[in-house]
Formats: sequence, C-alpha cells, structure tokens
Amino acid sequence: MIRLANVHKSFGDNHVLRGASLHVPKGQSMVVIGGSGTGKSVLIKSVLGLVKPDSGKIEVNGQDVARADRDAFLARFGMLFQGGALFDSLTVWQNVAFRLLRGSLKRPLDEARAVAIEKLRRVGLDKDVADRLPAELSGGMQKRVGLARAIAADPEIIFFDEPTTGLDPIMAGVINDLIREIVTEMGATAVTITHDMTSARAIADQVAMLHAGKVRWCGPINELDTTDDPYVQQFIHGRADGPIAALR
Amino acid sequence: MMRFVASLGAAVLAVFAAIGRVAIFTAQTISHLVRPPFYPREFGQALLQIGYFSLPVVGLTAFFTGGALALQIYAGGARFSAEAVVPQIVAIGMVRELGPVLVGLMIAARVTSSIAAEIATMKVTEQIDALVTLSTHPMKYLTLPRVLAATLVMPLLVGVGDVIGIFGGYIVGTQRLGFNAAAYLQNTADFLEVRDVVSSLTKGAVFGFIAALMGCYYGMQSERGAMGVGRATKGSVVAAAVLILAANFLLTEAFFSV
Ligand SMILES: Nc1ncnc2c1ncn2[C@@H]1O[C@H](COP(=O)(O)OP(=O)(O)OP(=O)(O)O)[C@@H](O)[C@H]1O
Ligand SMILES: [Mg+2]
Repeated sequence: MIRLANVHKSFGDNHVLRGASLHVPKGQSMVVIGGSGTGKSVLIKSVLGLVKPDSGKIEVNGQDVARADRDAFLARFGMLFQGGALFDSLTVWQNVAFRLLRGSLKRPLDEARAVAIEKLRRVGLDKDVADRLPAELSGGMQKRVGLARAIAADPEIIFFDEPTTGLDPIMAGVINDLIREIVTEMGATAVTITHDMTSARAIADQVAMLHAGKVRWCGPINELDTTDDPYVQQFIHGRADGPIAALR
Repeated sequence: MMRFVASLGAAVLAVFAAIGRVAIFTAQTISHLVRPPFYPREFGQALLQIGYFSLPVVGLTAFFTGGALALQIYAGGARFSAEAVVPQIVAIGMVRELGPVLVGLMIAARVTSSIAAEIATMKVTEQIDALVTLSTHPMKYLTLPRVLAATLVMPLLVGVGDVIGIFGGYIVGTQRLGFNAAAYLQNTADFLEVRDVVSSLTKGAVFGFIAALMGCYYGMQSERGAMGVGRATKGSVVAAAVLILAANFLLTEAFFSV
C-alpha cells in the first residue's frame, strides 16, 4: 500500500533521513517509534509531499507520489498533526467538518455539523465544545479535535502524529481503542507515530523503529519484546545506557 | 576589488531571484482565478476585512490631509496672490496623488501586515500543511480571495478617500479661509477631468493588488517560529510600501506624461 525506498532528506547540513525504507501493507496498522528528532514527522510528511525528499522513491498503491495526481490521493487521506494544526479562525465543528463544508465532498450544513458532532463524540468531546474556538481548548482537547478532523471524511489512509501525547491515561486508552477500531472495522491503513509504548502495543500490527535516518528494525508487534536488537531493547525499556547515545 | 565585485554580483543575483519568485507567485495567484474550486465565503470575508473595516482609517487620513493641503496652498498661494486656486489644487492633489498614495500606504500598514502575520502564523503552526491534507489549495483558499478582494475594493476606498479629502479642504476653505461654499464646489467640479478620476481609481486597484499580494507572499515564505512571523510581517509592509510608491510613479508617468 505505502512503500518508501531509500528516502533521503536534508535540511541544510542536517541530514535527517539517510535511506529510510518502509512498507505498510493495506489495512494494517504501522506504528513508528524512535528518538525525538530522528525524523519521524518528516518521514510521514514526505509521503504526503509536504516535504520533498532529496532522493528515493515513495509509492502509494503502486503509484509514485511525486508523479501521481495528488488531489485524488489526498481525497481519501487523513492526517493528525503533532501540534494539532487547527484553523484558529474557525470554530471546533467547522474545523472537524472542514472537508464536508467545501470542495468535492461538500454536504448540507446541518448534515456536516451532525457528522462533526458525532466524530467529536468518538474522541470523547462533548457537543458543547463544537461552537468554541480552538484557542479556548486545552492542549489535549485540541489534539482530539485534530483527530476528529482527520477521521471526519472516513479516509482510507490515516497518519497520526503522536495521537496520545498530552492526554490523561484514560483518554489515551479511548484514543487507542478508536484507532484500533478504525483499522479493524473500516479497513483503513494507519501509520501512527508514538513515544508511548502502551499505546504502541494497543494500536500496532507492525512496528518500525527509526534511528539515524534509517528504519533500524521493523516487525510484527509480538516480536517487539523478543527481538535481540539492542537499539529496540534500549528504546522500549527506556534505558539511559545502551547503543543509542543520550547527550547529558 | 575582486571581492567587492563578487559580492555586488551576488547581491544583484539575489535581487533577480527575488523578483523571479514574486513573479512566479503572482502568476500562480492569477492562474487560480480561472480554475475552480472557488471559495466565496473567504472572498466575502476578505472584502469585509479589507474594504469595510478600513473605512474609518481611510476617512480620517483623507480628511486631515485635505484640510492641511488647503491651508498650505492658501499660505503658499498668498505669496503671489493666487489664494483663489485652493479648490482646484486640493482637488487635483487629492485625486491624482494624495488620495491613492495615502490610502495605499494606510492599506499597506493595516491590511498587508495583518495578512502577512496571519498567513505566517498559519504556516509555522502547520495550518497550511493541514489545508493541503484536507484537499484545499492554500493559494486558492488564502491568497486568491484576499488579492482579488483588495484589487476590487481598493478603487472604492480610494474614491471615498478622494471625496473625503476634498471635503476636508472644503471645510477648511469655507470655515477658516473664507471661501464661498457654492463657488468652492463649483470650482472643484469644473476643474476635475475624467482622466483624473480614472487614474485615481486605477492606482487604487494596482495598489490594492500589490498590498494583498505582498502580505500573502511574505506570509507564505515565512520561516519557522515567532521570529519568522515578525520578519515576514515587517518585510511585507516595507515591500508593499516601496512597491506602491514605485508603481505610483510609473502610473503617474503613464497617465500624465506630456
Ligand atoms: N521544515 C524544516 N526545516 C528545517 N528543519 C526541519 C524541518 N522539519 C524538520 N526539521 C528537522 O528535522 C529533524 C527531524 O524532525 P522531526 O520533526 O521529523 O522529528 P521527530 O522524529 O518527529 O521528533 P519528535 O518525536 O520530537 O516529534 C529535526 O532535527 C528538525 O530540526
Ligand atoms: Mg514529530
């Protein structure tokens, strides 16, 4: 479904991706883990074309994203940004229903609002937040509005950039269940970035670990604990010493 | 010496590169004019923001300028006993030059800066990226409505500014300088030509286009962080003001050169 081969990306002399390769099969949930600043966000943004890779090949459904019709591809796509990226001039429900209020998926106003309120409910938000502005919400609430917006048009491919960061443990559980549900019930293909190992175990079919600009390890979730890769072991157990140097 | 030439060359190249980028940005903006989808709601909001809410500042600027102009011309004209020309010169001065230029500069201060800050903030908080993932082209959704609204509404603002400026001169002329009210208006009306008004409104449209385009361009080019937003805003206002004054010279040359 999604295939990255030998992708490189630098910002100035900051060489972030150094030959990253990854394959996400259709209908699977891939979780990407890796240290802060290793380029996880850059990796998924390059699939969307928001970041242009310097070299390498990225395919979605067998089509090269650099050449394919991006509008058609984005139409069945949803993304939760790490910082939420809500439109601060629009109310919460208008954010969630953004796609349904304009363009090719446009629906009648009250129908769009009903969908928005339903999606807000699924991320644990009451309908009286619907008419507030994003700036009036807490960080965790904004994140969930972003999540509701990402799934509003029932996309086939969804990227979640740290969906549970900033949420309390119960809410994180709700969101994990929701992501799992979207993959199993709606058959969506999901890529989730997370630092939260509980969340990773709840969501993932497959796990990939990014380190030094490459996918260091990739495998099914049940092999995560048994792999003898020292990098993975250090990461999932959160040890300060090991092959991944932590500057102190 | 070589180093000086090299740095001079680099600077010249940088200027040409910047001109090229702005030109491409302009062409892209215009190309979206004929390619759907369109966003009428955003266009309406831009009309309101740029046009309607600018009326107070335009009115005040024009009124005081017209009044001051009348005083100056009276004082200056008195030196060779030509005080009587006040209505004519105020009319010409406001309509041909001061109306469009002052309104243009006020719009650069008020509208360009707010467009640049808004779009730059959207850029650094990934809202522009989010637009793309929601199948919405940022140029269509953000740039085109603002540039189009500014281009269409600025002639009206300039027209209002011209009228209020002349009115400012009229108030000073009749209340302070002892002009006869009816004669003042008659002189103004007789003296102005169609060409004066057309040039004024044309300047308005061009200045509006420049003001909004610079706001969008600098906003979209913004670097990351609060400093990026600040720099984009400052750059946009400076560029809009300079380009408006340069365009004013060229348009004056085109309309009135003998
Ligand atoms: N637009 C950009 N311009 C310059 N540098 C960038 C840009 N985007 C990302 N980077 C750099 O790329 C590197 C990776 O960033 P990225 O956001 O992908 O990290 P990450 O793995 O998502 O980290 P985190 O877990 O903290 O979110 C960082 O060093 C960052 O400074
Ligand atoms: Mg990130």
